[in-house]
Amino acid sequence: MLSSLQSEKKRRELNEKLIKSALILAAVISILTTFGILFSILFEAIEFFKLRSFWYFLTGTTWSPGVANSQFGALPIFAGTFVITIIALLVAIPIGLGSAIYMSEYASPKLRDYLKPILEVLAGIPTVVYGFFAAITVAPLVVKVASFFGLEATFNSALASGIVMGIMIIPLISSLSDDVIRAVPDSQRKAAFGLGMTHGETIKNIVIPSAMPGIISASLLALSRALGETMIVVMAAGLRPNLSWNPLEDMTTVTVTIVNSLVGDFEFNSPETLSAFALGLVLFVVTLILNMISLSLIRKFKEKYKVNTL
Amino acid sequence: MIKRKKRNKAHNPFYDPTLKKRHASAKRFKKFTLTSLIFSIAFLAFFLFDMIGKGLPAFNITYVKVDVTFSEKTLEDTRFAVPTSYRNLVSRAALRDLPKLLEKNPTYMNSTQNLWILASSQVDQYVKNHNHNLKDKDIETVNELYAEGLIKKKFNAIFFTNGDSKIPEYAGIFSAVIGSILTLTITMLVAFPIGVMTAIYLEEFAGDNKFTRLIEININNLAAIPSILFGLLGLAIFINLFGMPRSSPLVGGLTLALMTLPIIIVSSRAALRAVPDSIRQAGYGLGLNKIQVTRDHVLPLAFPGIMTGSIIGLAQAMGETAPLIIIGMIAFIPDAPTMVTQAATVIPAQLFTWASMPEGMYIEKTAAGILVLLSILISLNAVAIYLRKKFEVKW
Repeated sequence: MLSSLQSEKKRRELNEKLIKSALILAAVISILTTFGILFSILFEAIEFFKLRSFWYFLTGTTWSPGVANSQFGALPIFAGTFVITIIALLVAIPIGLGSAIYMSEYASPKLRDYLKPILEVLAGIPTVVYGFFAAITVAPLVVKVASFFGLEATFNSALASGIVMGIMIIPLISSLSDDVIRAVPDSQRKAAFGLGMTHGETIKNIVIPSAMPGIISASLLALSRALGETMIVVMAAGLRPNLSWNPLEDMTTVTVTIVNSLVGDFEFNSPETLSAFALGLVLFVVTLILNMISLSLIRKFKEKYKVNTL
Repeated sequence: MIKRKKRNKAHNPFYDPTLKKRHASAKRFKKFTLTSLIFSIAFLAFFLFDMIGKGLPAFNITYVKVDVTFSEKTLEDTRFAVPTSYRNLVSRAALRDLPKLLEKNPTYMNSTQNLWILASSQVDQYVKNHNHNLKDKDIETVNELYAEGLIKKKFNAIFFTNGDSKIPEYAGIFSAVIGSILTLTITMLVAFPIGVMTAIYLEEFAGDNKFTRLIEININNLAAIPSILFGLLGLAIFINLFGMPRSSPLVGGLTLALMTLPIIIVSSRAALRAVPDSIRQAGYGLGLNKIQVTRDHVLPLAFPGIMTGSIIGLAQAMGETAPLIIIGMIAFIPDAPTMVTQAATVIPAQLFTWASMPEGMYIEKTAAGILVLLSILISLNAVAIYLRKKFEVKW
């Protein structure tokens, strides 16, 4: 009797160990994925830098794949990415932050319960749909409006894809900022009211500065999303590497160039194909740094105000 | 009266002459925040309105009533089956299917039948008042036929039953739908168990140590890595290293699974955390071990929450395109795949392909496909919300 109980116990312990190691194995897969991404990109990028100069890639101004004596200077591509991202943030930050302030400070809880899901629909729309919308509806609109002001815009203007990208990331900013603003303790607001501040002044001078780490964190996440966004720019932005500051011209971005290098008919070991991985590496490193900063900012905010709902 | 009020203000030590300005500024600020909110909602409305306006016409398609001659000669070269003046008006693809029609109705052989035949895309676009490049002579014929009621619009069943086609009026989303189903099945088969197991490990078993924190940071980062980089991973590892077939739902599903993983883990953890400790303690009090408590008590209670998160993850994977383009799922796929190793396309990738086509009819089809995709996504989200509401437990 006793021995059968003991063997039963042993069997159970073994079972427990097995299940636990299976669970750990599952958890390790997330780490493997990140390293998988890093190494798969890194190795191919190293192959690329064996063929082409690393410094010219970072600082060169001519990107001409697919021709004899092809050159891979990615500066115009970085510049295009930068311009489109800035446009997106110029659209998304004021609108997203404004919406967040209205939802958390002015709207009644009931209205807020309706507004938040509506805004989140914007985040749920597939990016290929936004891309189509940018190319078919917004780009011609930009051309028309520009010509109304006597300016000339191309149908692949950076402005069109930047605006639509900005609209796509509004909910990212509004949702996170809304949570952060609501996490600012009410005692701070009451203290400001007690000193005779208006509601507007309280928000501007007390609430927003307190919520700043969270707002910056949201904006950095939005920035990293805009840098990595692919479909909108593939469908609506141009293909021509263009070192220019004029948002009415067509520009290309890192993600567009990655897609173009890989859907072409090049050999896998050609510099044309491998250049996609070099660009992917840059994208990976930049977004990883942005995410790290963003996460640590929000962690500090959480510790400061002792909130655990974020 | 007025004078006195002024004096009162002047004597009031708390009177702030800038108050009016300050209140005005507060009001302006409120207006600015409201405007930005209204702008986002107005954009959403404009977007939906625009898509519906562009997509709805594609759900109807034009048919022409013509005399079709069935004979040895016309079956050999089906262009001769209709009168010469109609040759540009009817769909070449529909004529190619005449032998099939004959199989269904063997009595048609060696006779001339007056049938409704699919019109060419140009005629369809002309009837819908869109851009077209019909010749003047053909426009005349179409107008005459229209006046006689020999041209009409019918529900576009072809759009739902056909795969992709190089002939615009014959292109449909059927094979993309099948491709999506196969791909997402793989995605969920891989992501769901791994995601839930990771969540169980982190919530129920892991202590607060370096290894746990490493996994947590990793999951947060994974959620924010641009989707296109997952495509590069799929290309380098699944296709080049493991030699899995390019463009297949297998590779697509695995790639999307890795992307969906963080969403499932985060929501499953939240669901597990919501189960109160008293449940676990009651289990231990009865002599159950950790695995039994988790499997028989915690997990069933957390299950609706886990399902909700997984459905949301599924919806996101369904709309993803960029990584699938990288692994080649934008190939021209006219027939629906039957195996996960065959070349396939998914709905968003199909939309991407159509959006780059020059013919006007593909634009309409892209918008219609978008309406189909959005309705699937909205239904998925509605199911998730319904599950959450139905199984919501107040502890």
